[in-house]
Amino acid sequence: MSEVLVVIDHAEGEVKKPTYELLTIARRLGEPSAVFFGPPDQGDAVAEKVRKYGAAKVYVVDDAQIKGFLVAPKAEALQQLAEKTSPAAVLLPSTFENKEVAGRLAIKLGSGLITDAVDVADGGVTTQSVFAGNYTVQAKVTTGTPIITVKPNSAAPEESEGAGAVEAFAATISDAAKTAQIVATQPRQSTGRPELTEAAIVVSGGRGTGGDFAPVEGFADSLGAAVGASRAAVDSGWMPHAFQVGQTGKTVSPQLYVANGISGAIQHRAGMQTSKTIVAVNKDPEAPIFELVDFGVVGDLHAVLPAATEKVKERKG
Amino acid sequence: MNIVVCVKYVPDATADRKFEDDNTVDRVGVDGLLSELDEYAVEQALQFREKREGEEITVTALTIGPEKAVDAVRKALQMGADSGVHVVDDAIAGSDYLGTSLVLAKAVEKIKADAGVDLVVCGMASTDASGSVVPAMLAERLGMPQVTLASVVESQGDQVRIKRDNEGSTEVIGATLPIVLSVTDQSGEARYPSFKGIMAAKKKPLETWSLSDLGLDADQVGLSVAYSQVEDTTARPPRTAGEIVTDEDGSGAGALVDFLASKKFI
Ligand SMILES: Cc1cc2nc3c(=O)[nH]c(=O)nc-3n(C[C@H](O)[C@H](O)[C@H](O)COP(=O)(O)OP(=O)(O)OC[C@H]3O[C@@H](n4cnc5c(N)ncnc54)[C@H](O)[C@@H]3O)c2cc1C
Ligand SMILES: Nc1ncnc2c1ncn2[C@@H]1O[C@H](COP(=O)(O)O)[C@@H](O)[C@H]1O
Repeated sequence: MSEVLVVIDHAEGEVKKPTYELLTIARRLGEPSAVFFGPPDQGDAVAEKVRKYGAAKVYVVDDAQIKGFLVAPKAEALQQLAEKTSPAAVLLPSTFENKEVAGRLAIKLGSGLITDAVDVADGGVTTQSVFAGNYTVQAKVTTGTPIITVKPNSAAPEESEGAGAVEAFAATISDAAKTAQIVATQPRQSTGRPELTEAAIVVSGGRGTGGDFAPVEGFADSLGAAVGASRAAVDSGWMPHAFQVGQTGKTVSPQLYVANGISGAIQHRAGMQTSKTIVAVNKDPEAPIFELVDFGVVGDLHAVLPAATEKVKERKG
Repeated sequence: MNIVVCVKYVPDATADRKFEDDNTVDRVGVDGLLSELDEYAVEQALQFREKREGEEITVTALTIGPEKAVDAVRKALQMGADSGVHVVDDAIAGSDYLGTSLVLAKAVEKIKADAGVDLVVCGMASTDASGSVVPAMLAERLGMPQVTLASVVESQGDQVRIKRDNEGSTEVIGATLPIVLSVTDQSGEARYPSFKGIMAAKKKPLETWSLSDLGLDADQVGLSVAYSQVEDTTARPPRTAGEIVTDEDGSGAGALVDFLASKKFI
C-alpha cells in the first residue's frame, strides 16, 4: 500500500485534534505516514500519539532551519519527502499557513491542489462547501500527487494501531526559501476554553452585545464551549481578531453554534453555516440569522443568556 | 518603483451565485464586481505610493478574467491606480489555481521586463474561491519572498515588515523588496472612488493581453488541463426554518435550555 503523507498540526509538540481526523481520513487512501515539523527530541512522544490513529511511520523533520521563516522552507521539505516516498496523497490541516504550503508544493510537484475539503472519500474524491455554504462541490485531483487541505471537524477520529516507526528526515533548505523572515513571535494567551475551530460547541457574540461579552462567555462556559465573535464585534475592539467567525475569520463547523446579537450577514454565514445545529438569540424577529436556525429566541441577550446559564448549571447540578 | 496589484472579478456574494453546466463558476450570468477583499490590496498599494513622497511610483492593476472582468481594473483605476492590464483569453476559462497563478506570474514578468516590478500586492482571498493560495503560488513562481496575510504593513527603503495573525500567535515578518504581499481586511478601510477619480480613470492607460502576448499556449491553461476536476456541484438544500420563540418574562431562557437538553447538548 502506498504511503499517504499527513502533516501533523501541533503547538510545541502538543498534537491537535485535526491531526487525528486527517490520519483517519488518510487510511481510506493508503497507509498514513505522519510528518512532524519540530524539535527532534519531541519526535518519540509525538509518534506515540499519532501511532494510535494508524500512523505507520513518523517522519521527524528538524525545524531548526524552518521555523524562523514563512512557509517556503516547509514546502521545500515536503517536496523532498514526497520525491522520496512517492505518496498516494499529501494531506494537511486547513490552516492559512498550510494552505500556502500546499499551494507552493503543488507547483513544485506539478500536482493538483484542493483546499478546504470537508471530506475525502476512498479514491480521493473530495467534498467542499462553497459560496458561503450554499453549494456542495465534489472534486478530484487528476494530475500528479493529490495535495488536499482538510478542514477541522471533517471526520470523527477513529483509533487504529499503527507501527509509528520514527524516521528522521534531513531536508535541505535553500537560501531562496529563507527570504521571508519571522522577526518576532508573540504567542496568543490561552483562554482556557476549547479552540474555536475544534470545539463541539461555539457560542458567539456580535454587535448586539454592546461590547459586554460577559453573558456570552458565561453561557459558553456553562456548556464547555468556545467563544466566537462577528466582525462587527472584532472591529469595535471588543474581541481579538483570532475569535472572528466568518469569511475573513475562522470557519467553524461544530455540533452546536449559538449566535447572540448577530444579524447573520452572508460573510458571517460563510464561517458557520455548516454547523450541525444552529441557535440564535436576537431581539429583532426579522434578523436574517433566524432563516438558518433550528431554534431561535427573539429577545434581549442580556436577559436571556444569564438566565439560560443559571438553568444549564442547575441541570448539570 | 513599480507596484502591481492583483485584482479579481468575482460574482457578487449577495447575488445568487451558481455554477455552469460544466461545473465552472458562472462568471457571466451573475452580476460581478471587484472582489471586496482586493479593495484592501488596492488601498495598501496606493498607501505605499502615498507614503513615499518624492519617489516616482506607479501602481498597475492586473486582472485575469472574462470580458466583464475589466470592471475590476476600472474600479482600481477609479480608486487611484495609474494603469491597468486585463488578461483575457477564451482558453483561460476554467483554470485552476495552477493555471491562474501561471498566467498571473507571466503577466507580472511581462510588466517586469518592460518597467521592473518591486512589489506585487494581492488580497487575502478571492471571495468566490476563498483559497488564499494564489499569493503564495505567485511568490513561488516569481521567486520573490512571500509576505502574506498582513494586517499591518510598514516599509522603509527596501525593507518591508508586516504583522500576521497565525493560528496560535501574532508574528512580525520581514523581507527585502521585491516581494509578493497579501493584505487582510484588517489592514485598513479601502477608499471610495471620488468623482474626480472616476473621471480621471477614463483617461488612464488600460491594456488587454491575450495568452500569446504572455508567451503561453492555449494547452497550458484552462479547464481541459486543470490539475483537478470538479465532478459535481449541488445546491445545498435551504435549512428548514426551526422553532422560534419570543422571550416573555424570562420564558426564552427556559425554552432555549429545554431545546439544548432535548438535543443532548447538556
Ligand atoms: C469583505 C468582507 C468580509 C467580512 N468578513 C466577515 C467575517 O469574517 N465575519 C463576520 O462576522 N462579518 C464579516 N463581514 C461583516 C458582515 O458583512 C457584517 O457587517 C457583520 O457580520 C455584522 O456583525 P453583527 O451581526 O455582529 O452586527 P449587526 O449586523 O449590526 O447585527 C447586530 C444584531 O444584534 C441584534 N441585537 C442588538 N441588540 C441586541 C440585544 N440586546 N440582544 C439581542 N440582539 C441584539 C440586532 O437585532 C442585530 O440583528 C465582512 C464584510 C466584508 C465586506
Ligand atoms: N483571476 C485573478 N486575477 C487577478 N488576481 C487574482 C486572480 N485570482 C486570484 N487573484 C489574487 O490572489 C488573491 C487570492 O486569491 P485566492 O487564492 O483565489 O483566494 C486575490 O485576492 C487576488 O489578489
